[in-house]
Amino acid sequence: MLDNIQRTTTARPRTGLLFLAVVVGHILLISSQVQSRSGVPVLEGVTFGAFARLQEGTAGVIRSVRNVWGSYIYLRGVRAENADLRGRVAELEIRLQEQRALAERSSRLQSLLDLKPFVSAPTLAADVIAGYVNPGILTVTIDRGRDDGVMPDMAVISSAGVVGRVIGPVAAHAARVQLLIDHNGPAAAAAITERTRAGGMVVGKEGDPPLRMDFVSNVSDVKAGDVVVTSGADGIYPRGFRVGWVDKAERGDGLSLAITVRPAMDFRALEEVLVVLRPARAAMPEGSAEPGGPAR
Amino acid sequence: MKAAGVLLALVVALALQTTLSGLTLTGARLVNLVVVAVVYVALMYGPVTGMLAGTAGGLAQDALAGGIVGIGSLSKTIVGFLAGLLGAQFIVAQPFPRLVMFISATVLHEVCYQGLFALIEIRPLRLSYQPVLTQAVINGIVGLTAFFVVERLPGLLQRRRARRGRY
Repeated sequence: MLDNIQRTTTARPRTGLLFLAVVVGHILLISSQVQSRSGVPVLEGVTFGAFARLQEGTAGVIRSVRNVWGSYIYLRGVRAENADLRGRVAELEIRLQEQRALAERSSRLQSLLDLKPFVSAPTLAADVIAGYVNPGILTVTIDRGRDDGVMPDMAVISSAGVVGRVIGPVAAHAARVQLLIDHNGPAAAAAITERTRAGGMVVGKEGDPPLRMDFVSNVSDVKAGDVVVTSGADGIYPRGFRVGWVDKAERGDGLSLAITVRPAMDFRALEEVLVVLRPARAAMPEGSAEPGGPAR
Repeated sequence: MKAAGVLLALVVALALQTTLSGLTLTGARLVNLVVVAVVYVALMYGPVTGMLAGTAGGLAQDALAGGIVGIGSLSKTIVGFLAGLLGAQFIVAQPFPRLVMFISATVLHEVCYQGLFALIEIRPLRLSYQPVLTQAVINGIVGLTAFFVVERLPGLLQRRRARRGRY
């Protein structure tokens, strides 16, 4: 009995000390990352690389069950045809958006002599194999990686609009995509309103709608319903892709308007996406990146 | 054996969480299975195991999710330690105290998690109460179900087998 009491009283401070040591270790770990965020943590790279295999496995099992059910039991053959048609429609919608952006640019710039050819960037179709593992950080995992030419900071789009960007580390066969609506360490996109070419930066925020457009001058003409498209000035997202619609535009506290944006993309139903296989380049000042810049 | 069980619980929780969010992105935000696993381990094995489970599960979750590694881990370490400490001090063997424990642990985890982000980004703490409370209640239900399955299911199966053997 006495021995038991003695053991309890010596074990308690030891437990407390261990807890303190673990907490201090965490604080050091977090501090090191906050101070120097240039390098990718080894732990993150190794865990992501290894766990991507498991995610691929679980996604594969689910896909197989779905395929067996959908292709053989539920509707023989119809599902495959439907998936093929959906893929083609998605691709055509992407092309349509590109064409729309191109036509709009061409009409505005017909008078300019320095017209340069618009080159369509190659894209790579990818399946979403895992959603976000942590409800606080909105990232998804896709089944394409380094071996397919995917690199960090490549833009990820879909037929509906901009999805997000690839964030490092990229595994050989999988990559992580930070969604545009992520508000913790936001995946910002340089954007303009289609009607008045008012430029700004679209970032994720908490609440509904999940996007806001910052740095748009108070004197700009922006109103609810305006279509917001990428400007290409950030060097990541190709220009002319739909981001969403202005939900509300009010006079802000400082020099900028307070604009909320409703995304064009339905982030609750992400299944197939396209990775734009164009490495990110350094951001350029608005108007100097390509012909038809937003600030002309 | 205990370490293997704890590791298995964490890996299963992580795999289920990623699989669930792959199926339904909205649904996956309503539950944090790693928090459930950490609280479960803490209540079963005490503060030290709970704390270490929180550290391991949190580090894995942070590394997989991207962003700053250690924020989710520190939150879960605190939650695992406190849940284990309270579980050792009070009798937490009935469903209601366990439910209260899971709900409080989830709320504490969210406060720590968002609080640490707010500290790092030097911004005020913004906590959306409704999603946090919804997640807390769902985590509680999932945790109670896990306890029920682990504690009662083997007995039920054994009784059924014994009844069959009699005939």
